Amino acid sequence: MIIGLEHYLFISAILFSLGLFGVLTRRNAVSILMGIELILNAANLNFVAFSRFVTIGISGQLFAVFVIILAAAEAAVALAIILALYQNIKSVSVDEADAMKG
Amino acid sequence: MQFAIQWLVDKFSFLSPISILLLISLMFIVGTVVLLLAMLYEGLGTYALRKIGGDIQVRIGPNRVGPVGLLQFLADGVKLFLKEDIVPTVVDKKLFILAPFITFAASCAAFVALSYSDRLVISNLNIGLFYLLAISSLVVIGVIMAGWASNSKWSLLGGMRAAAQIVSYEIPIGLSLLSVILITQSLNMGEIIRSQSGGWGILNWHIFHNPFVFISFFIYFTAALAEVNQTPFDLPETESELVAGYFTEYSGMRFGFFFMAEWGEIFIVSAIAVTLFLGGWQLPIINNLDIHIYLKNLLQLGVFLGKTFLLIYLMLWIRWTLPRLRVDQIMYMCWKVLLPFAFFNIIGTGLWLLIFKGKGIPELVIQLFS
Amino acid sequence: MEGIIYKIVFYLFAVLTVGSALVVVTSRNIVHSAFALLFTFFGVAGLYVFLSADFLAATQVLIYVGGILVLILFGVMLTRKVFDVKIFSGAGQVFPAAVGVAVIFFLLATVIVKTPWHLVGERAMEPTTAEIGKLLMTDFLLPFEVASVVLLAALVGAVILIRKEVRPPKVD
Repeated sequence: MIIGLEHYLFISAILFSLGLFGVLTRRNAVSILMGIELILNAANLNFVAFSRFVTIGISGQLFAVFVIILAAAEAAVALAIILALYQNIKSVSVDEADAMKG
Repeated sequence: MQFAIQWLVDKFSFLSPISILLLISLMFIVGTVVLLLAMLYEGLGTYALRKIGGDIQVRIGPNRVGPVGLLQFLADGVKLFLKEDIVPTVVDKKLFILAPFITFAASCAAFVALSYSDRLVISNLNIGLFYLLAISSLVVIGVIMAGWASNSKWSLLGGMRAAAQIVSYEIPIGLSLLSVILITQSLNMGEIIRSQSGGWGILNWHIFHNPFVFISFFIYFTAALAEVNQTPFDLPETESELVAGYFTEYSGMRFGFFFMAEWGEIFIVSAIAVTLFLGGWQLPIINNLDIHIYLKNLLQLGVFLGKTFLLIYLMLWIRWTLPRLRVDQIMYMCWKVLLPFAFFNIIGTGLWLLIFKGKGIPELVIQLFS
Repeated sequence: MEGIIYKIVFYLFAVLTVGSALVVVTSRNIVHSAFALLFTFFGVAGLYVFLSADFLAATQVLIYVGGILVLILFGVMLTRKVFDVKIFSGAGQVFPAAVGVAVIFFLLATVIVKTPWHLVGERAMEPTTAEIGKLLMTDFLLPFEVASVVLLAALVGAVILIRKEVRPPKVD
């Protein structure tokens, strides 16, 4: 069996599902961030696979580059928020961060 | 390697026991050769380090084993091998065992992209330099892993310091290399070196291309010292405050892997400097020699290694001369000194290329007089 | 082109990616899941190489492993008691989440299998770096500039979020 588009899409689907599972079940904010990173990686894999097998040109790779840039920005801001949260409520569990006023 | 595997598979149908056995033994042999070479280089490096240190501090240095202590590294190596393999009970076992291998593998993986001579290239990657930068960022993960898994405050502090330092200094490194990339318009190590050949000998080296690249070289070298945790930036492993930093809890061959990884890193950063700024395997005399191609390549390999070892010597010299900086001074140095200058150099090089149409100083001077 | 070695290495990377992703979301020790993320990122980078996206693979390793993963590790270590190796992340609502995710996965799988993809022919592996650079400076110039502004904003935002509040000294 030749390795084709479907192989990559399946890997990406598994990654996406696992990431979603992580986001849904984890209570630690950092763990949720990891789940989001998995989802972003799955999306990137899709972009690159489509750009290789379905379209002419490499614009899909550029989309992936932008996703990586945004992931970096997102990780920096998210961790800043998590650290601020930790300073305020001494916990990073998203269940405990339920008060509107500190 | 690839051909050998393919040949094996064609010869004996795939997954037959004999091909698997041959494949595994092939991997084993290649691995052993790489490991032996790494150990030889690391051992001689340590010997040089101690001898130079002795010289600078007016001591004798190692002189017991073999002539002028030359076999000291063998004794050290045997000692490392025979030491008891200690895994403390309170460590995170999986990560503790994994960490040295990740660091060592990352530093080994960098060697494939270097261009050792005109023909001697292990893997001719067209993104060679970028690959080197990327793969060397893996080292930091191994360092954090070791620092965390050891479950000891010295290790953790060392690991955190190393991570902060390496991640920060990667930025000036990347930026200072960019000004050379602007000139060569290629990331391939071989092509970068070939673009430095020409009629004016060493004046063709990129370091003399324009003043901005000249500054870039020193920015790169300073940042590289920090990247490989050498004095004056050796805060992650300051023996006077952190025992040994992130590998405090490691002993025997596990420590040996960290040690080899460190020496590998030192070689890689020096080799990158040689490749990008100092003409790689080129030396005007050798370029013009009319000799057999293999002999020429061998000479080029010698030139490349010679230049690299010269830079390593410089690093050791600095290591034995300068006192170390404080943590805040290191961060200040990176973000407020090196980084602005690196940006300035990129813009400067870009403008230079625009104004003088890609010509370097030597070419311009020649034009002036002709 | 597609020798047996090619396939073996592909499946190795696929298994590495998926297996370590599984560890990331199921490990009870958050440090272990953070380090498992290393192998996921690395596996995805390997898959990029198979898709002849060499530049992207190096970018993935450089930014995800060298940047984001280090950030995440710092996040893990700074938000718990530092000298306590075992860090658990609690898991709740596992069963409904698993069912929901399984449904979504089967939906995706059906779509992947059922859709008649319009494939263009196999292309040779070619360097992409120069092409990406050209596209960034022409077709994708606006997104490129916007991305740089976003990065700057993220940088400033992150610094403001976690800086310590400095109150001006009281004047009597």
